[in-house]
Amino acid sequence: MKDDGHDRGHGHDHHGHAHADHHAHAGHDAHGHAHAGHDHADPHAAHDHHPHDHQHVPADIALRVKALESVLVEKGMVDPAELDDIVDTFENRIGPRNGARVVARAWVDPEYRGRLLADGSAAIGELGYLGGQGEHMKVVANTAKVHNVIVCTLCSCYPWPTLGLPPSWYKSAAYRARTVIEPREVLREFGLDVPEEVEVRVWDSTAEIRYLVLPERPAGTEGLTEGELAELVTRDAMIGVARVAAPETAGAGP
Amino acid sequence: MNGIHDMGGMDGFGPVAREEGEPVFHHRWEGRVYALTRAVKRWGFGRGWPGFRFVLESIPPADYLRMSYYERWLHMMVSRLAGSGLVSDRELETGRADPDAPEPELLPPDAGSLGFGLLNVEVPARFRPNDRVRARNLHAFGHTRQPRYVRGRVGTVVEDYGVYALQDSDGAGAQPCDRPQHVYSVRFEGRELWGERAAARDAVYVDLWEEYLEAV
Repeated sequence: MKDDGHDRGHGHDHHGHAHADHHAHAGHDAHGHAHAGHDHADPHAAHDHHPHDHQHVPADIALRVKALESVLVEKGMVDPAELDDIVDTFENRIGPRNGARVVARAWVDPEYRGRLLADGSAAIGELGYLGGQGEHMKVVANTAKVHNVIVCTLCSCYPWPTLGLPPSWYKSAAYRARTVIEPREVLREFGLDVPEEVEVRVWDSTAEIRYLVLPERPAGTEGLTEGELAELVTRDAMIGVARVAAPETAGAGP
Repeated sequence: MNGIHDMGGMDGFGPVAREEGEPVFHHRWEGRVYALTRAVKRWGFGRGWPGFRFVLESIPPADYLRMSYYERWLHMMVSRLAGSGLVSDRELETGRADPDAPEPELLPPDAGSLGFGLLNVEVPARFRPNDRVRARNLHAFGHTRQPRYVRGRVGTVVEDYGVYALQDSDGAGAQPCDRPQHVYSVRFEGRELWGERAAARDAVYVDLWEEYLEAV
């Protein structure tokens, strides 16, 4: 499926050495026993050093996962059909299109916008997009004076039901570390130059509340339908690292 | 714990690397790890599994940085399954269930846990919007949701999000979720956190459980 993804070709054989037990110190259970070495001792687990922050993936990880799944299925602990369904849900059914519909509705319906900003969970629930990692939603609106951006410095918390699973960059050390201390520099890397007079608000998702940015509606979109507006809304705009661009036919965007 | 996962404000990671047209899962195994992690959750009931985040945060810093996101999840899942005897090293190596292993049994959820969601219970709120608060100088051994960069810093309560059970664990990862209290959105001025490095009008909003805070 996606096995020819980005990290193939960087080569797993740059380094001749194998780290047989790279997790040996990780994790102790509630009884104080170290138990992290179970996926260790694999002589094929060569490390793969990437220039950026795509971390290494041991060459045999696919085999380890396959072995784990086989054991759990054989023991009757998981149902492969349930696994297929979870993967399919996040690959094909839940994603940023959901959030885009929320945004478009707020753009065309001022009352909905009011409800959305006052009680994000209830208003998003009206459209049916609540669920795991999105039970408690807070929507923050960008304006001419305030620009909002979302991060999770401690892990990678993200509103799954409205945006799907997060992109790798959102989970990267660079984004998690830098967004709180130098948001303007991070946004500039995304091509978004926030003027000095605009306040940048960074929302660190440290508790159970998940955030969604309501971007500004671009100029020149007065004639568009709600559905057409939703087409303009990008994932990045709802994280707060981009603006929504006006459609080309409507002239230059902001 | 003061682990590598608590990254807010660190330097040295370079630019944010993006990938155009990124797939949801880069490899089939990533999707399987994600799905398996969710599907095996019920097997943790009654088995004292250490908290999800606690296990991830216990990965030594150099390994944490080297491992990919879903590789950390795999490690976490295997630690919990093997740590509670649901799978053995040999099974993981061979990919075959041990015919002599006892049949795994589902156990009832832990009594007393309030879970992670918003609670419909009356708990008095110590703070209100516009209150000035200081993040306490806590350095827990276990999992905590108080990021290091706010400790000792003063902010302003902007919203009371209602009552949630505290998600902190002890130093062994036990996460009882039995201390319901208000969670607040607290605004910290950028300069309060980062000095001159922050732009004058910028701010960071952090969600903090009541016991992480003290009145100023």
